[in-house]
Amino acid sequence: MMEDTQSEQNCPEVVQYELRLYVAGQTAKSLAAFANLKRICESHLHGEYRIEVIDLIKTPQLAAGDQILAVPTLVRRLPEPIKKIIGDLSNEERVLVGLDIQPVEV
Amino acid sequence: MAKKNNKQPTPFTTLPKSPTGIQGLDEITGGGLPTGRPTLVCGGAGCGKTMLSIEFLVRGATQFGEPGVFMMFEENAEELSANVRSLGFDLDRLEAEQQIVLDHVHIERSEIEETGEYDLEGLFIRLGYAIDTIGAKRLVLDSIEALFGGLPNEGILRAELRRLFRWLKNRGMTAIITGEKGENTLTRYGLEEYVADCVIVLDHRVTEQISTRRLRVLKYRGTAHGMNEYPFLIGERGFSVLPITSLRLDHEASTKRISTGIDSLNAMLGGKGVYRGSSVLVSGSPGTGKSSLGAKFCETACLNGERTLLFAYEESPAQILRNMRSVGIDLDPWMKKGLLQIHSSRPTLHGLEQHLVMMHDTVRAFNPAVVVVDPISNLTMERNEGEVKPTLMRLIDFLKQQQVTTLFTSLTSGSCATPEDSQVGISSLMDTWLLLRNVEFNGERNRTIYVLKSRGMPHSNQVREFVLSDKGIDLVDVYLGTDRMLTGTARVAQEVQERAAAELHCQDHERKLRQLASKQKAIEAQIAALQAEAEAEAAEVNFAIAQETLQELASQQNSKAMAQLRGGLTNNKREGKRK
Repeated sequence: MMEDTQSEQNCPEVVQYELRLYVAGQTAKSLAAFANLKRICESHLHGEYRIEVIDLIKTPQLAAGDQILAVPTLVRRLPEPIKKIIGDLSNEERVLVGLDIQPVEV
Repeated sequence: MAKKNNKQPTPFTTLPKSPTGIQGLDEITGGGLPTGRPTLVCGGAGCGKTMLSIEFLVRGATQFGEPGVFMMFEENAEELSANVRSLGFDLDRLEAEQQIVLDHVHIERSEIEETGEYDLEGLFIRLGYAIDTIGAKRLVLDSIEALFGGLPNEGILRAELRRLFRWLKNRGMTAIITGEKGENTLTRYGLEEYVADCVIVLDHRVTEQISTRRLRVLKYRGTAHGMNEYPFLIGERGFSVLPITSLRLDHEASTKRISTGIDSLNAMLGGKGVYRGSSVLVSGSPGTGKSSLGAKFCETACLNGERTLLFAYEESPAQILRNMRSVGIDLDPWMKKGLLQIHSSRPTLHGLEQHLVMMHDTVRAFNPAVVVVDPISNLTMERNEGEVKPTLMRLIDFLKQQQVTTLFTSLTSGSCATPEDSQVGISSLMDTWLLLRNVEFNGERNRTIYVLKSRGMPHSNQVREFVLSDKGIDLVDVYLGTDRMLTGTARVAQEVQERAAAELHCQDHERKLRQLASKQKAIEAQIAALQAEAEAEAAEVNFAIAQETLQELASQQNSKAMAQLRGGLTNNKREGKRK
């Protein structure tokens, strides 16, 4: 279900949100975080985002670059400024606040 | 300094230890920090936690072949490199050589939002990656408590820290964890709860407005260790703890002598002065001429072409030059020649330890043969003996290792019953001890000097008078009469008296000799007169004999003539008769 593809989305020309999810192996927390992120992005940022998943167990050298301590950590690289959300992203409201996204009225 | 082979545990040691390479610390801990276990280093701000840990890593990498990881949470790598460059540690080079990894962990609370469950696996991965890259054996976390400020969930953090320290142990990392001092706890966030194998407490204390750094090994599980507080310093060559046990007594002992500059004092010291590389203490109450003696020592050393260093804690260089000129000691040419350096500073400028560091550095830079400290008592004032002695011992030991001849002057306070009492603390460190004293008698004050001790040479037991004049320093034999010792004018008066008495004796002798001579002359004259008389008598007798002979001859001739005139017979008869 979770893959290390560079781009999860198929409309790269209008990317506004560049997100990076740092995980450490396929743990329950990692899987939950990815599923939560995917759901939130789909419902609020449809077509405007790109998610990059980095498994630190495979590429540990990347941890220092974004100052990763906790996993899972979601880093919003774009738009600036950089924001970080740690945890399994189970609280949708806080994720939206963290990413600075206004909830879309359904 | 610890040796490399300390790393290998002997069969009797309970714990394998990793030497830190830090002067003194390895002696206190009996070989270093526990190998493969974390050690907590805690203390207040600015007490040297980071310095201790970085030196542990650098020495590990350079001296013991153990690469290390420095994970910092407060400074960044550039700041740290700049900070320790003054100690001669080139972190950039060590990093390039893969001896050290510097990793700066930066967490900004404002950037971080927290939702749901997480752990600190990221930190573990970073650490693991850094350790694996260079095959690190040592690790420093400085200071991991910053996480408490950066991460909102303390419950998770504590659980993860517990896991982290266990993980470090499992990986066999010899680690230093630093922690800021808390209110009533060793560390603000109670790290001691997790790191329980070895705890070192650093302290930065101000006593009498002078600060001193101290180190104490609070706990070292499974091994004996020094329990005391040890002063330490951070000097140009890094961290240095001053345990008394680290003193080695293995310096060379020279048999060469060095003149004190005063012939009569040399004569008191076996005729040749003090040994090269020995330590001389000159103690005395104010105004007894200690500084002058020190200056004379300097001048003589310079005259012999020795490099000389004078640490002055009372007077400025210009003042010393002026004052010493008044007793016939001109130091100025030697300063211009570069043979003599005078370092003046206020004793209160630094603590004793800092002064020591300064002296170390100056001595290393100038490489003198003779060092004079005037006076050492100013450095030690307001300090109790217990802390002064190890520090001074360290200084003297250092100077002896360098084969430097040292002269310390020391002011003895008047309150002590005898001047010896006030110097008990440091006197045992001294090879030669000269005592200057004031003798007040008969309305004047005079200086006296004597040799209290002088190791390894015959030395005079006599008290000499110490005379300072514009011609220089001289020692004069004091007058030792039947009942008392006289100095100064009393001595001079006594000497005059004795001289007069001697003169009188002398004249008396001459008179007696003269009398004898004239008596002899008189006798000789008598003898001459008697002889003359005898001669005269002899002459008389001869004359009488001659006269009689002449008369006889005359009468014979007379009768012959008569006989001729009277006829032959008569004449023949008479002639026959006479025959």
